[in-house]
Amino acid sequence: MGQTREISCEGITKVYDGNKTALSSIDFAIPAHGIFAVIGRNGAGKTTLARILSTLLEPTSGKATIDGLDVMADANKLRERMAVVPQEGRTVAWMTPVQTVSAYLLWRGISYKESLKRAGEAVARVGLEDQADRLNRTLSGGMKRKVLVAMVLASDSEFIFLDEPSTGLDPISRQQLWRLLIELGKDRFVLLTTHYLEEAERVADRIGILNNGRLMAIGNMPELRGRLEHQYSLKVPAGLDLQVKVGETVDLENGQLQVLTTQDEALRISKNLIEAKAQFSVNPITLDDIFTYTVGSIDAEVREDKEADEE
Amino acid sequence: MSRLGSQILASILVNAVYEMKNYPAVLVITVLSPLSFLTLIFFISGGTLLAVGIVGGLIMTMFSAGTSLQADLSHLKNDFKLQDMVVGSPTSASVYVTGMALSELIYTSPALVILALLFGLFVHVELVMVLGIVIVMLLMFLTSISLGFAFATFSSDIVQSFAFTRLLSLLFTTLAPVYYPITLIPMPWRYLAYLSPTTYAAEIGHDLIGFLSLSADMLIIDWVVLLGLTIIFLWVGTKKARWREK
Repeated sequence: MGQTREISCEGITKVYDGNKTALSSIDFAIPAHGIFAVIGRNGAGKTTLARILSTLLEPTSGKATIDGLDVMADANKLRERMAVVPQEGRTVAWMTPVQTVSAYLLWRGISYKESLKRAGEAVARVGLEDQADRLNRTLSGGMKRKVLVAMVLASDSEFIFLDEPSTGLDPISRQQLWRLLIELGKDRFVLLTTHYLEEAERVADRIGILNNGRLMAIGNMPELRGRLEHQYSLKVPAGLDLQVKVGETVDLENGQLQVLTTQDEALRISKNLIEAKAQFSVNPITLDDIFTYTVGSIDAEVREDKEADEE
Repeated sequence: MSRLGSQILASILVNAVYEMKNYPAVLVITVLSPLSFLTLIFFISGGTLLAVGIVGGLIMTMFSAGTSLQADLSHLKNDFKLQDMVVGSPTSASVYVTGMALSELIYTSPALVILALLFGLFVHVELVMVLGIVIVMLLMFLTSISLGFAFATFSSDIVQSFAFTRLLSLLFTTLAPVYYPITLIPMPWRYLAYLSPTTYAAEIGHDLIGFLSLSADMLIIDWVVLLGLTIIFLWVGTKKARWREK
């Protein structure tokens, strides 16, 4: 029996210019299949982590391995098996989608004839067969992203790294991209960084939450939900006297108050709010709630550390 | 086709063939640039410096291939993030840059063909001298692509990169005595010209076509300096360039 393939990080730290810490002692081990979404705010360290794992960037310290291969020492072996679309990766303006995918396959060492055949198939798979021979510069933003996805699709790589592939896409294009990602994740490992929590929740098998270079949480949705004591979320305008008996409240940045509580307590508060004709929403907790709770709590922790330092 | 052949072909297709095919207008500037200088030199000298200008055009074209490489690599790296996609693939830095360098040769091939035809028509020298000029051109090419690759890997801004390309071209092919003989520069300014690697290449070229008559010692110095600079720049290009970022 073979060992389960893993992606692992042990104490991965990245410090830029000697003083700017982008990642701080990241530790995790996850199976090397399915979609792993890394979420976090701007500057949380998502891109740095993706670049280190995809052999584009050296860590300052620590060790990362993919299927037992060290991203530093075995980079050339890994590059045979991985494909990368970096943040702000763009299609070359003077090429067509088929030429773009074909050239990428040539760089991967595939013959010219085979590259053209596979490029045509991949471009069709992402729904761009009618645009296959148009110049990239004439394509919409969503189509250009699809060309980049067609590249990794055609490569048959086992490990795929996509750094914010849906940034700037309209909702329809984003949903089309999600379908492609889910297809990719069926038989490969995909590391996806994203700002969009809904995207992570919809497509990912596992999610990592980064904040200020620290890995705050990692797991599948049930595991992440399990981190919270209460499984229901009520959102109401701030200032209402809710008289919460079970659960905790979080002040949201949009001026609302969030109550994380039990199903029974959510029901009780909801009845009171209906009687008071107050506007509110109640849902089982989502990734959005988990993220707010997790990142909110660390922000508070960082603030406390800072205040303690100042004192 | 071998795996290596595929990887080199990718760079040639992306950086030369597809661009020339889809944007034919770019070819015009490539051809016009060396020919415009040649025309100017021809009229100013009353035709006496035509041979010097043709050799200068060949040297300029080869050197420009390297400075263009710097701009193209930087453009593909910073604007399209293409280099990241290639770093995360089985293609190595040396194979990538070899393909890109060859793409620059293909890109400049229309200008080279025209200059070679003019050379055949107006410069009458023995075959061994032609071989000497080809070696000089090759050394110029190696020097400039090494420099181009090293600078491109450090560049993170396309505006800065294009400015640097123009500066290199101005210093090493326009101001330096490439299109005109070094003897036209008065002393002591002539010493400044020897700071440019193109000066040594042009001096050898002008000697090979019989325009200058250098002493054996001077010719040896020119060859040694040119070879030395090529080796130094190749070393800088291979050792100091960044592939994986630190």
